[in-house]
Amino acid sequence: MSDLNQEMADRYKNNFLKEIEEQAEMGEWVKMCMQCGLCSGSCPTNFHSGWDHPPQEIFMLIRAGKREEVLNSQGMYMCTSCYNCYVRCPRKVPVTHVMHGIAEYAYRIGRAPKAQPTMHLSKTFWTNATKTGRVNEVQLTQSLYFKEGIGAGIKKAMEMQSEALGLVKAGRLNPMEALGMGHKCKDIKGIHAMLAKAEELEARNKAAKGKE
Amino acid sequence: MAETKTAAYICKGCEIGTRLDTAALVKTATKSGKMNLVREHDFLCSADGVAMIQNDIDNEGVTHAALCACSRRAKTEAFNFPTIAMSRGNLREGVIWIRPDTEEARETTQEMAEDYVRMACAEVKAMTVPPGNQKTGSVKTLLVVGGGMSGMTSALEASKAGYKVVLVEKTGALGGWAGKLYRRVPTREPFKAPEDNGVADMVARIEADSNIKVYLNATVAKTDGAPGRFKVEIAVESGNVAQEDIGAIIQATGFSLYDANKLPEFGYGKTPNVVDQAGLEALAKAAAAEGKPICRPSDGQPVKSVVFVQCAGQRDASGTHLQYCSGFCCNTSIKQAMYFKDSNPDIDTAVLFTDLRTPGNGEDFYRAAQNKGVIFSKGVVSQVLPNGNGCTVKFKDLILNEDTQAEVDLVVLATGVVPNSGVNIDAAAAPAAAEAPAEGEAPKEVVASVPVESILNLTYRQGPDMPQFKHGFNDSHFICFPYETRRTGIYAAGPVRRPMDILQAQEDATGAAMKAIQAMENAGLGRAAHPRAGDLSFPTVRLEGCTQCKRCTVECPFGAIDEDEKRFPLFNESRCRRCGTCMGACPVRVISFENYSVNTVGSQIKAVDVPDEFSEKPRILILACENDAYPALDMAGMNRNEYDPFVRVIPVRCLGSVNTIWITDALNGGYDGVMLMGCKHGDEYQCHFVKGSELGRYRLSKVGDTLKGMNLETERVHDVEVAITDIATLPQKINDYAALIKSFPPSPFKGF
Repeated sequence: MSDLNQEMADRYKNNFLKEIEEQAEMGEWVKMCMQCGLCSGSCPTNFHSGWDHPPQEIFMLIRAGKREEVLNSQGMYMCTSCYNCYVRCPRKVPVTHVMHGIAEYAYRIGRAPKAQPTMHLSKTFWTNATKTGRVNEVQLTQSLYFKEGIGAGIKKAMEMQSEALGLVKAGRLNPMEALGMGHKCKDIKGIHAMLAKAEELEARNKAAKGKE
Repeated sequence: MAETKTAAYICKGCEIGTRLDTAALVKTATKSGKMNLVREHDFLCSADGVAMIQNDIDNEGVTHAALCACSRRAKTEAFNFPTIAMSRGNLREGVIWIRPDTEEARETTQEMAEDYVRMACAEVKAMTVPPGNQKTGSVKTLLVVGGGMSGMTSALEASKAGYKVVLVEKTGALGGWAGKLYRRVPTREPFKAPEDNGVADMVARIEADSNIKVYLNATVAKTDGAPGRFKVEIAVESGNVAQEDIGAIIQATGFSLYDANKLPEFGYGKTPNVVDQAGLEALAKAAAAEGKPICRPSDGQPVKSVVFVQCAGQRDASGTHLQYCSGFCCNTSIKQAMYFKDSNPDIDTAVLFTDLRTPGNGEDFYRAAQNKGVIFSKGVVSQVLPNGNGCTVKFKDLILNEDTQAEVDLVVLATGVVPNSGVNIDAAAAPAAAEAPAEGEAPKEVVASVPVESILNLTYRQGPDMPQFKHGFNDSHFICFPYETRRTGIYAAGPVRRPMDILQAQEDATGAAMKAIQAMENAGLGRAAHPRAGDLSFPTVRLEGCTQCKRCTVECPFGAIDEDEKRFPLFNESRCRRCGTCMGACPVRVISFENYSVNTVGSQIKAVDVPDEFSEKPRILILACENDAYPALDMAGMNRNEYDPFVRVIPVRCLGSVNTIWITDALNGGYDGVMLMGCKHGDEYQCHFVKGSELGRYRLSKVGDTLKGMNLETERVHDVEVAITDIATLPQKINDYAALIKSFPPSPFKGF
């Protein structure tokens, strides 16, 4: 994976903006930012200590060619997809999508940090949801609780016990999901075929982009 | 109109008849007003009421009429009797609408109305019908000074409207700055690419236009006269002088770029690879002529990377360089970056800015440049160092908050603009104006002390050029009345009056052409120009009473008054705007207008019934500027914002026209207080006569000593700054002041 990182770095030399424009999804929007800072000001996670570079700075760093600083940043993974920035951007830059695009690109070339929580969530969520076409909440919760070991997982589960029982009583949570049962999509085959087609299209788009 | 016959009309409409005892008002007009004829009418502004007045004028020989109905600002179309002298008693907005309809208020409201009737009667008797200015000229040729975008636009627009134009250009070609541009910022959809500068087309249209006479390599050597009859001498290349008769003048002398040599930290002059925006236009033009890409001046190699430094020597808070924004150079840098990107997308172009300001449709243009790959970075450049055939640009990145640098082939500095506004006459005249009765300085000495060349070479006593305002731009009001200057019939258009781009300058030039045409037409009819457009009155002076103190000549905001060979004031009526500042300034009160004089206001002050000291009914005189304060009071009435019944309001043309005799007369006559309402003055002035309120306030600031001499509290004369929008706050201010006055003992001068 890190070979791909080196390959890209060599290919684009000092032109990181061009690299992002050609390789990252929605990367062509980076140049359109006018540095007003509305995205950073609107971001609900901006107070978080892990947020080293808000979107405005990520955009500026890319234009200034600071490849290492961007790829080492936590910024793009901190996005919670609330779409505040997307809605408010006076330049109609799809900031949320650009952040995801950069994060995805960093992951693709092997530069995403290990055990990054938001990335872990999105991967787990994706696998979980695509299996049956519906989210298996119990298994999803389990995989998040036990991410940092069995002790931490049990502790967290005990903490949330009363909430879980309440949900079960109200019929909002099926404990049998732990065994792979529970609600499913009617046409699982159809969903899988649709996802396979989407993956094929995406791969084709990416391949075409890389050739530019 | 051999015999004077006075008449008063009392209207009963709009509830005046039910709120007031109009029969008593009729008695007041007859007994105290001493009017020859007094009539009541149920609805005076109706066709029937107007016909009644007209009938009295035609058949009864009425020459002076006091219409006691609504405000003088209302129903002016119905009450249009140009052949007679007319005053208005404001019973509606000034009385019933600002008083509560209660039993206890009835008495004071009625007293207020009776006073306004007496005042209207007294005022009209002191008036005569103005005949119009006789010493006028009817030349309808427009002089445009400056052949750039603004000047050419003014000339073409005036010609299109059917007027002759004389266009004077200092250089050998029309076009000004625009002519030096390789391309200009786009002026039409989709605002995505630079377009042709448009100069060749305009020059061709001017050359083909038989209404426009062009003088190239020429300057204005002398401007004499007044609107409608300027005599202008034009110095042409051969050394000869051409004479032109001119009706009005537009000064469109534009700007010069701020001298980049004052910016050594940016490497200008140290390496040819640092240029200003004009320098880049020249490079682009030369490159295009040779069909080559834009090259480095140092070695002629094509430019591979370029940095644009915005705000170089402008928007400077330290006071070293220009403090203001040029208004166009962000768009210009975007355009110049496109010169590079459009020819070769691989050229690195970066714009370093602190705030990118793209007026008009510049935002679309900015976006287009971003799409083309121009990099915009928020940063402040600290230094540009020559580095072989390139430059090192050191700057602070304001987003990432770090000092950094870039190696580039070419640096373009966006330096600001300096207006070509000629000699700063105020700088030379200021000490003289402060000590008003100073001896008459010859204007020639003033010119000699200033190194800048005069543009208009006016033969006015006040100096050879137009007065300047903030940062040396020609004075003009940004919002309310652009183009208007303090020299009647002379208009400023384009970047000489404020920083602006080509499109704005063209709009400006069109507006100025229209104002100039109005001025010529009004001058031809002997009427005033803005803001009292159409006023036929003009100042007359009783020279036998004049003491040659020169206050009028010094204070006139419009330079209308010169001096004759015997050093008496010489009025140029066509230059006069009828503000009355001269009348307010005159210590011996020899200056007056037919329809506005020391007497028209003075007799109103005296007409008010001042109750004795035991009645507990104080009297407060309000002298209100008719442009802002009086309409604000009228609108307060329309909104039924009530105020104190003991005030009596007299509109004045400008605070500058207030003569201190009115104040001393009022106080001697037993008034308890005088409130003065004028517009804001200073840099953000709102005065329609620019300096009127300021001069008036300066004059009235001396009243304190008089008050002390009379053993009166200094608060008895109170100055309020009023804007036309103070509809709700103004009544409150009046009430607060009235409360203060009531806290004082009654004026000791009552009953004398």
